[in-house]
Amino acid sequence: MTSMINLLLFPIILPFFFAIVLLFFKENIRVQRSLTVIGLLAALTSSLFLISKVKADGVQAITLGSWPAPFGISMVSDMFSALLVTTTIIITLFVVVYSFSSIGKERERFFYYPAILFMITGVNGAFTTGDIFNMFVFFEVLLIASYLLIVLGGEKRQLRESIKYILVNVISSALFVITVAYLYSVIGTLNMADISVKIAEIGQPGIITVIAVLFLIVFGVKGSLFPLYFWLPGSYAAPPIPVLALFGALLTKVGVYAIIRTYTLFFVHDIGFTHELLLVLSILTIIAGCIGALAYFDLKQIIIYNIVIAIGVILFGVSQMNESGLSGAIFYLVHDMLIKGALFLLIGIIIYVTGTSNLRKMGGLMKTHAPLGWVYLIAAFGLAGIPPLSGFVGKMLIVKGAFEAGNVVGSIIILASSLVVLLSVMRIFIYAFWGKPVELPKTDRRPYRSMMIPSVVLVVLSVLYGVGTEWLIPYMSDATDVLLQPSIYIDAVLKE
Amino acid sequence: MELLMAIVIGILFMAAVYLILSRSLLKIILGTGLLSHGAHLLILTMGGLGGTSPPVLADGVTDYADPLPQALILTAIVISFGVTAFILVLAYRTYAEHKTDDMNLMRGDDEHD
Repeated sequence: MTSMINLLLFPIILPFFFAIVLLFFKENIRVQRSLTVIGLLAALTSSLFLISKVKADGVQAITLGSWPAPFGISMVSDMFSALLVTTTIIITLFVVVYSFSSIGKERERFFYYPAILFMITGVNGAFTTGDIFNMFVFFEVLLIASYLLIVLGGEKRQLRESIKYILVNVISSALFVITVAYLYSVIGTLNMADISVKIAEIGQPGIITVIAVLFLIVFGVKGSLFPLYFWLPGSYAAPPIPVLALFGALLTKVGVYAIIRTYTLFFVHDIGFTHELLLVLSILTIIAGCIGALAYFDLKQIIIYNIVIAIGVILFGVSQMNESGLSGAIFYLVHDMLIKGALFLLIGIIIYVTGTSNLRKMGGLMKTHAPLGWVYLIAAFGLAGIPPLSGFVGKMLIVKGAFEAGNVVGSIIILASSLVVLLSVMRIFIYAFWGKPVELPKTDRRPYRSMMIPSVVLVVLSVLYGVGTEWLIPYMSDATDVLLQPSIYIDAVLKE
Repeated sequence: MELLMAIVIGILFMAAVYLILSRSLLKIILGTGLLSHGAHLLILTMGGLGGTSPPVLADGVTDYADPLPQALILTAIVISFGVTAFILVLAYRTYAEHKTDDMNLMRGDDEHD
């Protein structure tokens, strides 16, 4: 073991370390803020190194506790997971800077930043782990931190929604354990690379397909797949905007990642039933999301239902199981993390300025807050996937993959959903920024400006992500290759 | 032995589902407790019940119990213990704020908290 191989642990351990240190400085807001930013910058640096390392030397793997590979807990970083880890840290960094002027001193004094860092530990761990039980453990790490974040502040509504959020997650975690137990009884191993090998050896009999569907239920609850998304709109609307941005941009995506990983590494020998089911559910998810996105006059609900639509689009790409579909899904996943983060931050500013999240009570913001309007418009176009903005390439590849696989109806639904997405976010623009100006509550101009900075930079990043597609293609194709050829992943873990 | 365990686990799940579907918050929490007990027993059973054989794998030893399920259960128990403690405190705070532990009365929407 050389020290360079440990590199893939740094994006997990650094936030964890800084979170522990911050627990000792509960009252000192300046220390809380600066150490959080330093910790995230350090983690970002290590994850960028990790990307270049994976690009140069292929999949990185380390097996802990000096047990050889199938027995010890493996951590594996391929390009897919390295990209997600980096995106996670970038978004968290912007949300943290945004929190300085919006979350309020009360929460900052009560373990807000440590909770975020613990959650990032769990998210990055879940993206990196190569052991299915260890994935459960990292899910719990991020969930327990998210329980704290969702209830922090203790408002009446938060308490009520937290209870529901926690109950849903406790039950789905129990299902996760049950599913892992079934898998273990059939396969006799927990190492993800080894599971893939063993399933290939027995040729995926029916019981493995049952387990595949169980995994889809478990991760579908976390990732808000139809019909398991029912808990999401209520729970996500309860916490303050920065927490909502983190949840919306990161947490559902962990569930999506887990579906993608298990459905490209484990259950690839008999995709007739499992991937068809994924296809149907993802289309239903898109339709359900579209209905929600058009039904509400509440800013938060509109964007929250757009999360559901995006989950459907990504998983639709995955269910094609061909190169275009999968690379489109990866493109769209990273895009959606960036743009959802940006959009939530922007509607947070709109809510701050107008003092309400009800579209009917807004109007004419363009006269007083023109920059906010234009930046929001760019983000909205990016979300809908208008070229050359970031949503376009991913969606185009997904549709291309669907046509190659012969799913014409699905492709048409995806394209139609883009129009619904555009309509839903343009409604916000029209109601909030056009029309007769309504009287605004007196708000301080300074928090507005300091909230604008991280939001604008995040939107600019998402635009660059769209414009710089050409430059990103080598990385994306590396990520896709691992998903298409499980042997790359398996060799990297078991060969050591 | 495995059959007996399967029946016990089934009863635990049944009781858990019944409790989780009730209205009272406290009963729901008890239900999640039973659910995780069932899940833990399931891991133990799914690893194969090795009887009295020792959990070692060495040259010459052919009859051994699988030590992994115990390690998994230990982890899962600690997690469910922590979460249950948290959720109990949360339930108490929620009860204090909402003056009810009936989930039916805890609906609320965007306009009305």
